[in-house]
Amino acid sequence: MILLKLFWSFFQIGMFSIGGGMAAMPLIQNQVVDLNHWLTLTEFTDLITIAEMTPGPIAINSASFVGSRIAGLPGAIIATIGCVFPSCVIVSLLAWVYYKYKGLTVVQGVLSGLRPAVVALIASAGLSIFILAIWGENGFSINPEYIDYISLLLFGTAVFTLRRWKPNPIFVMLGSGVIGGAIYLIK
Amino acid sequence: MNNKKHIYMKLFSSTFYLSAFTFGGGYVIIPLMQKKFVDDLKWIDEDEMLNLAAIAQSSPGAVAVNASILLGYRVAGILGAFISILGTVLPPLIIISIISFFYTAFRENIVVNAVLKGMQAGVAAVIADVVLNLGGNVVKEKDLISAFVMISAFIATFFLKINVMYIILVCGCIGAGKIMLQERKNKKDGDSQ
Repeated sequence: MILLKLFWSFFQIGMFSIGGGMAAMPLIQNQVVDLNHWLTLTEFTDLITIAEMTPGPIAINSASFVGSRIAGLPGAIIATIGCVFPSCVIVSLLAWVYYKYKGLTVVQGVLSGLRPAVVALIASAGLSIFILAIWGENGFSINPEYIDYISLLLFGTAVFTLRRWKPNPIFVMLGSGVIGGAIYLIK
Repeated sequence: MNNKKHIYMKLFSSTFYLSAFTFGGGYVIIPLMQKKFVDDLKWIDEDEMLNLAAIAQSSPGAVAVNASILLGYRVAGILGAFISILGTVLPPLIIISIISFFYTAFRENIVVNAVLKGMQAGVAAVIADVVLNLGGNVVKEKDLISAFVMISAFIATFFLKINVMYIILVCGCIGAGKIMLQERKNKKDGDSQ
């Protein structure tokens, strides 16, 4: 039963994550944190961190992570199959259309229409991670006492570094982990 | 027969290798695949690769998986597609399953806990950077509908907590409607000339 649920959740993630890269992230959060409560927001954030630092697409990484935590190795395999399955069908279909009509004008039109929505969805998922980093699991608060200033400083420095020098994001995450970790431990 | 077996083996080892060493997701894998399959192995030509990339990026799901399905099928049929999916999916499946196995024990370690806490700010920054890049491109279009879609999608998901699936469906329909109107207009302009 749980395997079926995993399959169906990751099937939907595979089906609706359109636009590549981080486009899958909001769908994963929606399914895994909000709808099924398989991970807490902190665990989800760890997952995104791990996924960004290990090879492979974010959706496949998440399927393996969530699947194996919920139902061991069979869970990881079933969730991964669920995630890949829609791709197989739709890619074949689009390839057929592409070679028959020598173009994907309508599909690419839909994609360009989706782009602003995908940005907004990624922004929303990112904002919940930002709130977790700055205010912790209790969420946003106006009271300045609850702000984690170390985290805020790390965030500001990291954004500046990324915008200014465009380094590989892995180094930025590692850097903020090592520097932040050291400060938290000393404190 | 031997030759076919050789192709299957090569297909598996190439996709496995690419997937195991590609950090940073879909945008990076296409140029790497081009280098491997066009320049090194010469299985397909550059035009074909560009076509595959266009289809892979237009389909839902991970771009790396989509591209390897197409490539595998092109080189060795349905079995080829299956083999290259396996090659692409196995490295993350193995690596993440191992990490997930140790995760609970690791998470309770004070040092790991502090480092992961520090990394939260880093991940938030990386996502902010992606959003600024992508959002900047949308703003540059100076298109009212795009701006409206972006703002409404944000409100719908962040504040109203509407299922992301529905948002994608509705915005996809808006995109389709927009392109159809545009084509009709282009046609009309063409007729009147």
